[in-house]
Formats: sequence, C-alpha cells, structure tokens
Amino acid sequence: MSKILVIAEHADGKLNAGVAKVLAAASKIGGEVAVLVLAADGAAVAAEAAKLDGVAKVLVADHAALAAPVAANLAPAIVEVAAGYSHVLFPGTTFGKDVAPRVAAKLGVPQISDVMAVHSGSSFDRPVYAGNAITTVQAPAGTVIITVRLASFTAVASNGNAAVEKVAVNVTAAAHTRYVKLEAQKSARPDLQSANKVVSGGRALGSSENFKVIFDFADKIGAGVGASRAAVDSGYVPNDMQVGQTGKIIAPELYFAIGISGAIQHLAGIKDARTIVAINKDAEAPIFEVADIGLVGDLFTVVPELSAKL
Amino acid sequence: MKAIVSVKRVVDYNVRIQVKPDGSGVVTDGVKMSMNPFDEIAMEEAVRLKEKGKITEIVAVTIGGAKNEETLRTALAFGATKAIHIKDDGAVEPLTAARALAAVFKKEGASLLIAGKQAIDDDANQTGQMVAGLLDIAQATFAGKVELDGNKATVVREVDAGLETLEVDLPAVITADLRLNEPRYLKLPDIMKAKRIPIEATTLADLGVTAAPPVTTTKTTPPPTRSKGIVVKTVDDLVAALKAKGLA
Repeated sequence: MSKILVIAEHADGKLNAGVAKVLAAASKIGGEVAVLVLAADGAAVAAEAAKLDGVAKVLVADHAALAAPVAANLAPAIVEVAAGYSHVLFPGTTFGKDVAPRVAAKLGVPQISDVMAVHSGSSFDRPVYAGNAITTVQAPAGTVIITVRLASFTAVASNGNAAVEKVAVNVTAAAHTRYVKLEAQKSARPDLQSANKVVSGGRALGSSENFKVIFDFADKIGAGVGASRAAVDSGYVPNDMQVGQTGKIIAPELYFAIGISGAIQHLAGIKDARTIVAINKDAEAPIFEVADIGLVGDLFTVVPELSAKL
Repeated sequence: MKAIVSVKRVVDYNVRIQVKPDGSGVVTDGVKMSMNPFDEIAMEEAVRLKEKGKITEIVAVTIGGAKNEETLRTALAFGATKAIHIKDDGAVEPLTAARALAAVFKKEGASLLIAGKQAIDDDANQTGQMVAGLLDIAQATFAGKVELDGNKATVVREVDAGLETLEVDLPAVITADLRLNEPRYLKLPDIMKAKRIPIEATTLADLGVTAAPPVTTTKTTPPPTRSKGIVVKTVDDLVAALKAKGLA
C-alpha cells in the first residue's frame, strides 16, 4: 500500500488552502496519507490539517530552525521524515517548487512538477510547453516526489478528525541562508489563487491609477484581482497578481480578461477557468479564441457599465 | 570569483508548438530553437555582475547534442568568458543535469550558479534547486533582484504572497525569474568574436556523473479544447449571457 506524505504549506499560523487540493491528488493515488507540518510551533496548523478529509494522521515537526520557509532547512527535515514513504506531495506553489526538487535530489530520485491528473501511483499527467501539450509520464522505482497543480484538483472537505503526533527531526539551521522579510500585499479581497471569480487587467489599462477600474469592478462582484505579465512588468500592479505560465495558474468559475491580448503564456494560467469573459478593443486579440463570451469594446466604457448592471 | 551559468536550447517561445498525431511528442524538426529565455536573463545577470566587478569569470555550460553549440555561442556573445559543452544526445532529465552542473561547479571552483528558473519546454523548475541540494549550498530561487557584496548575496524572490528577501552566503545557486533584468541585444561584433572562442567539450562519463533514473513519457496529447465561445455586441447582451450561465 502506498504511504503518502503531504507537506503542509502554511503562513501566519494558517494552513495554505492548496493543501486540501493536494489531498485530493493523494486520494487519487490511494493509500495511507500523513500530513507533515514543519514549523517552530505547528500546533494551530496541525489542528486545521487534522480536519481535512482523507488524512490518517498529522505529524508535527517543531524546531526553531523551521520557523521560516528556507529550503535548505526544510529539505533535510523532510528527507528524514519521508523514510518509509512511497510518495511525497507538495503543493505546486512557489513554496513547493522551491523545496521539492531539493528533497528529490537528496533522495537521488526525479521530481515530477505540476501533476494535473493521477492514473496510478506512478503514472501522471503534466503540462509542458506552457500547457500546449500534456504528457503522461511514468515515474521510475523509488520515492515519488510530486508538486501538485492546484488548479486541476478540487479541495477535499473538512469532516475529518485525524490524530496529531509530534515527530522529532534532526535539523541544524543552515548558517548560509538568512530569511530577512516578506513584503506581502495585505488585502481584504478574495485570494487570487483560490477565488471563485477573478477579474484581471492587462497592459491596456495604461497606468496603475487606471487599474482602479479593475479593482472597483472586482469589488462590485466580490472577485479576486489578477493581471497579465505585461501589466506587472509595466508597474501597474505588484508581481503577486500575475496570472500565467510563470505566475499563478488559477481555475476560477468565472474569469474576466480585461484589456488582455491573450498571449500563450497568459492562457497557460487560465486554461482551467470554467467561464472566460474577454473584453478588448481589438477584435483580433487571441484572447477571443478561448473566451466563452467576448465583447469587443473600450474597457473604460464597458467595465463601468457592466459593473453597474451586474 | 567564478560564476557558472547553465543554458538550455529550447523551442523558441514564439513558436506555436504542434503535438504529433501519433502521441509520440512535440514537433521539433525544422522548428526555430533558441536559448531558454530564463537562461538569457541568467546570462544577462552574470554579465552585469562582471561589469560591476563582482565576479571575474563566467562559465556557460550546456548539456545536449551538437546543435547546442549555437547556445554556447550565444552565451559567449553575451560575455561568457568560457564555454563548456557536455555532449549528450538524449533527453536530459533535471536530476542528471543537476549532477552534471554540480560536477562542473566543483571542478571549476565556482562560487555561484545562476540558472533560469525553468525551461519553457518542460516547465520543470527543478535543476537549480537540485544542484543546491546536491552541493549542500544555499539556494535563492525566482530571483527578481540580486545584490552581490563580496561573499554575500541579497536576493529578492518573487513568491506567491509577494516579495521575499533572503540573504545567502556564497557558494550559492540563484535561479532567475522574469523581472530580474531585460537581456541586452547581442551586437554583431560580439557574435562574430564568439565564433572564434574555443569551447571545451566533455561528457557525463568524464565528469563522473551517473544518469538519474528517467521519468518516461508514455504519451503526449494536445490539451482539451474549450468549446467555441460567443461574441456579444453590447453590455446588456453580456449580462444576459452571464445570467443564462447562472453566473450573474
């Protein structure tokens, strides 16, 4: 039977929403699932994780060296706990992508990135070429280390009641890396990665002041806010709002692409959106090839009118 | 202070890739190939660090067949001071690449590896991190800003929540994200000069590298297509269409 270790990403004492989706992937692999919390004090995060469906137990590795998400400290601890596990699953977040390969290299096994479907304990689908091709891959013998593409899985429910147990890890904080700070955008809006509705703006907005059009519309309909790479590069909005191949891959029920041309790399981030609405002045914009509903028009008149009528 | 920059030859990012109907892979014959864009950014960062006097040598390394020489010539035109071609005709897995780069890192006595954060063909985003793990050195991935001060690098990383600042002591691995810099246009004289610089050739065997157990690709298919959408003329029509889908 597979023994699956799911690494719990967390911040500020709260479990990352992606972990519930990683558990969905774990249940498709099938087997006994343990969630590992690495922290200075992981009690609160562990309690949250213990409620998720399909979790047999939650392991808490408390150590001062694990207070900050430094891959050089987390990886050896994970390698230690992972002994005896057949699979180690990480969320496909910047955290998971930072740590998982280091764990794999130390174990001498490959790592499989952005798993979007599970066929068996060793066969998975993953996107390549910005999602323009899907490969079915077969992992070799040995521990299977995966990052899970969150947009491809539905979060499991929270009706569980798993046991929480402490696990000792032999970690020495690496002297060579010092975590200095995180500049996070604090926002009352729904989190872009998990929001049901997202409104994104592109380069056509023209300035960070003009992005107010996007923010106001998003607030009217209770949506999260995203942006194309072009908008971020132009400095209209910060990097954590970028949606696309090298930004966030999202799967909302409803996605508004406003003033976004629809480059391949942006589409890679929104392919799993249920309904895509495109508003763009250019009728030839590639975004209209993927949009479920398209409106050719000037966003500065269309969006306020749409906002008023919704 | 020596920096290694790993460079990969990939299908050019502008190419609309085609999946072979027999499921055996993506069409690469006759398709435009280029240096991985993230590796260009890595090269550019190394060259800027050299121009600032922070590093003295840049060793560009590639793993691949004969045509990878083009990629090294591009690296040399950027300003790499040395180029190493690890000759291997098969597909190169991230872990094998990492073992090879780690071997070169040690052999060259390097202090820094700057790698692109991911290759735009396999989108793996693993090699840099693996090199750091194999060598037990610091890693600072998805770098949006790098400041090098003697043996210390301050790196601002682009993470999901925003911008994270790490301080790392060299030796270290830094992986380059999109906004780290904008690579320069290569000038013809530099491109011509690059053609005459000798490239050092080696193999995985010469480096003492064992290939990693491979992840086998059993099938390659196009992504599921979305059903054709509609274009509406007015905002009222848009609202109606959303309501029809239960979305408003």
